[in-house]
Amino acid sequence: MEVLADFFAQYGDLLLQEAWNTILMTVISTFFAYVIGLPLGVALVVTSPKGLRPHRVVNAILGWIVNIGRSFPFIILLVVIIPFTRLLVGTSLGVAGAIVPLTVSAAPFVGRMVEQSLSEVDAGLIEAAQSFGASTWQIVWKVYLREGVSSLIRGVSIAYITIFGYAAMAGAVGAGGLGDLAIRYGYQRYIGSVMVAAVVICIIWVQLFQSIGDYAARKIDKRR
Amino acid sequence: MIEIEHLNKTFTARSGVHHALSDINLRIEDGDVFGIIGQSGAGKSTLVRCINMLEQPTSGTVRIDGADITGYRGRQLLGLRSRIGMIFQNFSLFQQRTVLNNVTFPLELSREGRGGKNATREGREARAKELLELVGLADHADRYPSELSGGQQQRVAIARALANEPSIMLCDEATSALDTRTTVSILNLLRDINKNLGVTMVLITHSLAVARMVCNRIAVIDEGRIVEEGSTEQVFSNPQSAVTRELLHFDSLTQVQADEERAGN
Repeated sequence: MEVLADFFAQYGDLLLQEAWNTILMTVISTFFAYVIGLPLGVALVVTSPKGLRPHRVVNAILGWIVNIGRSFPFIILLVVIIPFTRLLVGTSLGVAGAIVPLTVSAAPFVGRMVEQSLSEVDAGLIEAAQSFGASTWQIVWKVYLREGVSSLIRGVSIAYITIFGYAAMAGAVGAGGLGDLAIRYGYQRYIGSVMVAAVVICIIWVQLFQSIGDYAARKIDKRR
Repeated sequence: MIEIEHLNKTFTARSGVHHALSDINLRIEDGDVFGIIGQSGAGKSTLVRCINMLEQPTSGTVRIDGADITGYRGRQLLGLRSRIGMIFQNFSLFQQRTVLNNVTFPLELSREGRGGKNATREGREARAKELLELVGLADHADRYPSELSGGQQQRVAIARALANEPSIMLCDEATSALDTRTTVSILNLLRDINKNLGVTMVLITHSLAVARMVCNRIAVIDEGRIVEEGSTEQVFSNPQSAVTRELLHFDSLTQVQADEERAGN
């Protein structure tokens, strides 16, 4: 017990601070990834060959953007877009510096997740809405997003946890957070206990997030 | 009145051109319960979807009350659809909405200014409650579709289709997913709506027994062509085409069962 008390006395504040940084950068990045990815996913579905407004060229271009974005290794993207990051938030370091590459890298992924969730919505419901004279916008708002809500929420859990994993990598280039802490103390200074504590906090947080996501998705779904 | 003239619909697939509808000519009078009967793949679904332009005909005209609708686009098209109700084989209810909010759905779409009684939630819900009363489900307003039986779900769908006070209602295999007894009760409901509200019904089905129960006129469609058309009595007493006779033969087998069910009620 005493050992633990000593450990937390020494590193507790540090762990808490970096855990907060990690949560901050991942939550904000996930939010912005959806700001970009949600319309992207909707556009992919709507312009697809069987969509409400089929458009081959737009669909193909969006598809390419998404695929290029997704195939770009994150660690490289992180470095390549540093000038863009500086332009946008004034620094490439810390939480603010991490949010830009995390968002850019996750948005195409989120776009695909949203596309997947929306294409699971029963085509019969889309047709029914059309038969009542619903416009494309009304179908997107009132049918796709509403009927696909449970799947969309499950997607948020997956996207968030993926971003969480990337955030540890961002730590390697000065983003801070738990991943950075684990590398600096565990790998570079051989203080394994800090690394272990950081990893344990990561595991607990991811588990918690996934459970809350699953619960919310189940609770909101009115299908039986 | 719905007038369909020289209607053609072709689909181009990799395997070639498929003629879904070939030179269809039909006239459906106001107040008719008009049955379009055929095997699956005969083109009846495509035909009924040309009446509200869910399918765009390749050529020919569809006139509703004298107006050719085949050229309708944008708002004009959406306005037309809002005046035609439609129900489906698998009910197509919104699973994440309550029964009440399924019925308010068409009312929420309204583009006719903000002055009407459907402009407020209260107005829409009051109207939806009237409709649920009409189909006998007033006490199920706050439940979700997944909590209802198939027959109840189709009643909700009927209430939803009536929300905008349509003059025409399209029924796409509306009873095909239901058991015999429920089928009879749904058909009775449709007949009442036709009689009491004067809604013209276009009913597509593969079952002559269903058509016989409610339709006053019948057209038989096979491989995209109308092979027979006439009053229900005519078609049943004196079928002209081989396809009709085939359907009749199959139906006589299931008819016995239907009669027994009705006798039991």
